[in-house]
Amino acid sequence: MIRFENVSKRYDGAREALSNVSIEVAAGELAFLTGRSGAGKSTVLKLVALIERPTRGQVIVGGRPLARLGYRDVPAYRQQIGMVFQDNRLLNDRSAYENVALPLIISGTGEREIGRRTRAALDQVGLLDREKYPPRALSAGEQQRLSIARAIVSHPKVLIADEPTGNLDPDLSLEIMNLFRRLNEVGVTMLIASHDLPLVERFGSRRIVLSGGQVSGSESTAQTTGAGK
Amino acid sequence: MSAGILLARHAQNLLGALGALTRNPVGTFLTVSVIGIALALPAALHVLVQTGKSAAGNWDDMRDFSVYMAPATPLPRAETLARELRKRDGIDSVQLITAEAAVAEMGKDPVFANALAALEGNPLPHTLVVRPAAGMDGEQLGKLSAELQATPDVDLVKLDLQWVQRLNAILDFLARLGWIAAVLLGGAVLIIVGNTIRLDIQTRTEEIEVAKLLGATDSFVRRPFLYLGLWYGLFGSLLATLILAISLWLLGAPVARLATLYGSDLEMAGVGLETLAAVLGGGLLAGWSGAWLAVSRHLSGLRPRD
Ligand SMILES: Nc1ncnc2c1ncn2[C@@H]1O[C@H](COP(=O)(O)OP(=O)(O)O)[C@@H](O)[C@H]1O
Ligand SMILES: [Mg+2]
Repeated sequence: MIRFENVSKRYDGAREALSNVSIEVAAGELAFLTGRSGAGKSTVLKLVALIERPTRGQVIVGGRPLARLGYRDVPAYRQQIGMVFQDNRLLNDRSAYENVALPLIISGTGEREIGRRTRAALDQVGLLDREKYPPRALSAGEQQRLSIARAIVSHPKVLIADEPTGNLDPDLSLEIMNLFRRLNEVGVTMLIASHDLPLVERFGSRRIVLSGGQVSGSESTAQTTGAGK
Repeated sequence: MSAGILLARHAQNLLGALGALTRNPVGTFLTVSVIGIALALPAALHVLVQTGKSAAGNWDDMRDFSVYMAPATPLPRAETLARELRKRDGIDSVQLITAEAAVAEMGKDPVFANALAALEGNPLPHTLVVRPAAGMDGEQLGKLSAELQATPDVDLVKLDLQWVQRLNAILDFLARLGWIAAVLLGGAVLIIVGNTIRLDIQTRTEEIEVAKLLGATDSFVRRPFLYLGLWYGLFGSLLATLILAISLWLLGAPVARLATLYGSDLEMAGVGLETLAAVLGGGLLAGWSGAWLAVSRHLSGLRPRD
């Protein structure tokens, strides 16, 4: 589903953030992207989201080489991908409901369908009773769940998440990871970047380890999908 | 996206933009005021020129020459000249006012009657009132005047037209000034709206960035701001119309007084439908393009360099 073929990325004037990275995440798989800070995890996700373009190599998502997508194709492509951003990127001048509904408004979904899907997504992350509140009125864990609701509201086939447990305590982190696993069980392909190795190791899913912009290992302690309850 | 959804989205953006305007009433008022004044100025110049034109038009049939014959020219000579002139090109009509008729006319006025009675003989010459053909320009009229002046037995040619020509020249100047003002101030409105919307964008950068990350197209991002620009343009145009109406009302009385002084039925030209359409169209166009430019600049800043 997500395929990197000898991908290198060099940001302007910096050393290579990724060197010759080849990765494959199968359809329906949940894979973790680990490695210490600066290893290149976020860069991998940005290449998948077309926030950045590779300097060399190919990124293929859902069978489509992303290099073929021009500036005008990017919006439609992004609408098909669920993204959980490192810093949430929730809008505080809007309600929880409006935040989750935003991707549907962007993709031109009908009014009634927006209501139905938005409530369903809020229900899935357990925030239905919070729909009227702005994100800042929610706890850190609730905010993270809200941003996950926004990422899944369009029923994407692929979901990427960058440090989704970044500033959560261990209990909340576990709760969020379990939420991802439940979503993965319904068939969403997931690539989750996290530097929290102990947390990641509690799940059986495959881990792609990055180090200094290179893949230094790909290990799996258990089965790949729907793993480790 | 279905047409119905798109329409609903546009309606939401339209009303949403109106809502955004009411949330910052002072800023909105200032922007709208500047736009209104900038649009009213060229429109006012236009109305002024129209008024002047109709004035010049009213006085057009005062283009007659008064040709005074030399004193003691016999009447038959005057009659002959009148006949000759009537045959000439460029002359519509010639009316002979004999010295006797002129004295009789003057004698009706008691003030002059006494003075005339005291005089020996008739002090007035025969006069020919020559009306040149319509559509002659200043140069042709000048030539005709010179020819008449050079005719034997003609004492003096009087032409009352010069000030009308001057007025026309001034009006042409003002009309051109109006166009220059329209272009410059239209540009100013564009810049004002562009800058106001740039500030609006700055308060919503986070929203724009998130929307783009979630797959919003440039036109999705642009749309609410375009409506904002259109509202600014609309309200600016309405204010301009109000300013125009009040100015014309204030000018009405002095213009009427001027008109009575010149015995003319001059009236202030109204704000014609065309002028209103131009003000409205100019306002909307400038508002829309100002918004377009501001958002496009912002979006191109977000665009990855690839
Ligand atoms: N926009 C950028 N410009 C320049 N260098 C960058 C940029 N983003 C990341 N980098 C560099 O690329 C490397 C990998 O960064 P990143 O992908 O964010 O790593 P991680 O997410 O694993 O912490 C780091 O050395 C970082 O400094
Ligand atoms: Mg990172």
